[in-house]
Amino acid sequence: MSQIDIQSDIHKTILEQQKTEDRRKLMLNGVLLVLLLLAPFVMYPVFLMKILCFALFAVAFNLLFGFTGLLSFGHAAFLATGGYTTGYLLSNFSGLTTEMGIIAGTLVSTVLGLGFALLSIRRQGIYFAMVTLALAQLVFFFFVQSSFTGGEDGMHGVPRGELFGLINLEDNLNMYYFVLAVFLGCYLLVQRIVSSPYGQVLKAIKQNEPRAVSLGYKVDRYKVLAFVISAALAGLAGSMKSVVFQLASLNDAHWHMSGEVILMTLVGGMGTLLGPVIGAMFVVNIEYQLAQGPLRDWVDPILGGIFVLTVLAFRSGIVGEVQRFVRKNMG
Amino acid sequence: MSMIFGVPMAVLSGQLLIGIINGAFYALLSLGLAVIFGLLKIINFAHGAMYMLGAMATVILFDTLGVNYWVALFLAPLLVGIAGVLVEYFLLRRIAGQDHIYSLLLTFGVALIMQGILTNIYGVSGLRYAMPDMFKGGVNLGFMFMPYYRAWVIVAALVVCFGTWFMIEKTKLGAYLRAGTEDSQLMQGFGINVPLLVSLTYGFGVMLAAFAGVLAAPIYSVTPVMGSHILIVVFAVVVIGGMGSIGGAIITGILMGIVEGLTKTFYPPASSAVIFLVMVIVLMIRPNGLFGKEA
Repeated sequence: MSQIDIQSDIHKTILEQQKTEDRRKLMLNGVLLVLLLLAPFVMYPVFLMKILCFALFAVAFNLLFGFTGLLSFGHAAFLATGGYTTGYLLSNFSGLTTEMGIIAGTLVSTVLGLGFALLSIRRQGIYFAMVTLALAQLVFFFFVQSSFTGGEDGMHGVPRGELFGLINLEDNLNMYYFVLAVFLGCYLLVQRIVSSPYGQVLKAIKQNEPRAVSLGYKVDRYKVLAFVISAALAGLAGSMKSVVFQLASLNDAHWHMSGEVILMTLVGGMGTLLGPVIGAMFVVNIEYQLAQGPLRDWVDPILGGIFVLTVLAFRSGIVGEVQRFVRKNMG
Repeated sequence: MSMIFGVPMAVLSGQLLIGIINGAFYALLSLGLAVIFGLLKIINFAHGAMYMLGAMATVILFDTLGVNYWVALFLAPLLVGIAGVLVEYFLLRRIAGQDHIYSLLLTFGVALIMQGILTNIYGVSGLRYAMPDMFKGGVNLGFMFMPYYRAWVIVAALVVCFGTWFMIEKTKLGAYLRAGTEDSQLMQGFGINVPLLVSLTYGFGVMLAAFAGVLAAPIYSVTPVMGSHILIVVFAVVVIGGMGSIGGAIITGILMGIVEGLTKTFYPPASSAVIFLVMVIVLMIRPNGLFGKEA
């Protein structure tokens, strides 16, 4: 066999491997989709919607942390801003349909995200984390002081209203499919972003920023855009959450929430698409289960323990470990 | 009564005093953070929890064993320092070569655990610690009333801050520490036990936090969550001062306490946010902080 034949053979094998992997992924996604569509008939829809909202929040966060390498410790600000904006608009302007309120909440978060990004993007690593944390704290105090948020009590009784003025969202099943549709749309969007040339540049920045700079990329612009997209999606998650629960509260703005989304992403597997979703499912579930049982007062220390354990032993998270296992055993 | 900008002199000086005292706590805490960060490159998210442990230990030692204030002033930081060394030895050391972000996440987890456990045992309502007898009362300075204890807090904090700065910047031990972080392999080649130095540095940093906690016990409400809020403020102080700058952390801490006190006098609603506002402005003008070197 000539050199060229061998090379083309290798090429073929790689292509075939790629194909089996693609097929496997497609099947997996199909199964997950069916499960998600059937889930509200088996489980309480509001609980599922909680998972979906947090999953979207974590997916948004992961775009920045997992794919761009920027640890924001201030993402609670976007979740809360989305939630409060949507809650305020829907409570006070009865002419607005639900989706308009949600879009407005997302837009306000997006603008806030741009502000955060411009102030913080030149800092790196842990500096970046601390700057975003402090900025988010500023937002937190703004919400504490403002009267429209209801302060410590939170904003109650946000009307779910009607989607496009047609579909009644008071019905949990309607609400669920709406949230699911938005979530899937965003998930696909992030998937598209990550695999686009733009997403490749983000990964290049994560791996080695000086190299990306020397290749001529305007790194800061790429990072700002990633931050803004991430903030927008986090805001969208907050907006939907306030509609689902008919409540927006200071909890969402507190820095513990920023820590929680990091935990979700880390446990699920940072830098993977499915990881944050699995992580959100895992954390929301654990919190719920613990709250039911005798360990109800031990939620925080147990979450802390999971944090420590993940950082020490499973840095690639659930999805990362599964991928490694599959690669090793099913080659 | 004399007025300054429409505010009575006594009110202004009272707020200024509170500001300086808060500033003394910010200085002690941000100093510890800066030492740990500057020498070990660890963002110690457990710093607030260590401060809380110091205060809790003071109260608990008094309630159970009758340990008085002066003994607690040494014993509580020592105990917390040992806890810190254990955390470093068993947890932080394992992720030494990894991205700094992981040390932040790990210490965040540690803080959650400590805070959560103590909340379960003692609740969040707060423990009371009686003011030591010798500090009761105060002196009238003519323009304001100065409680003895507050004067003591300021003096103690300044002495400890200056001592720490002197030790790290001017003594041989400090030179070892700084050299060990520059090039740990070379230092080990010279026969210096760098891992031990690292453990001790972390222990010393959290001892500073615990010392602040003991000072805080008689005047602030002692609760398991007391460290959670102040930690974020102190992070902002460290960013304003310039990460890793030890002198910068001290000066900025006191300065920010005063700024906060003045804001409370003239525009109360902004007082809890003003430090973060200052941080934003400083970052726009000097991205490396007031005293930071070029990164």
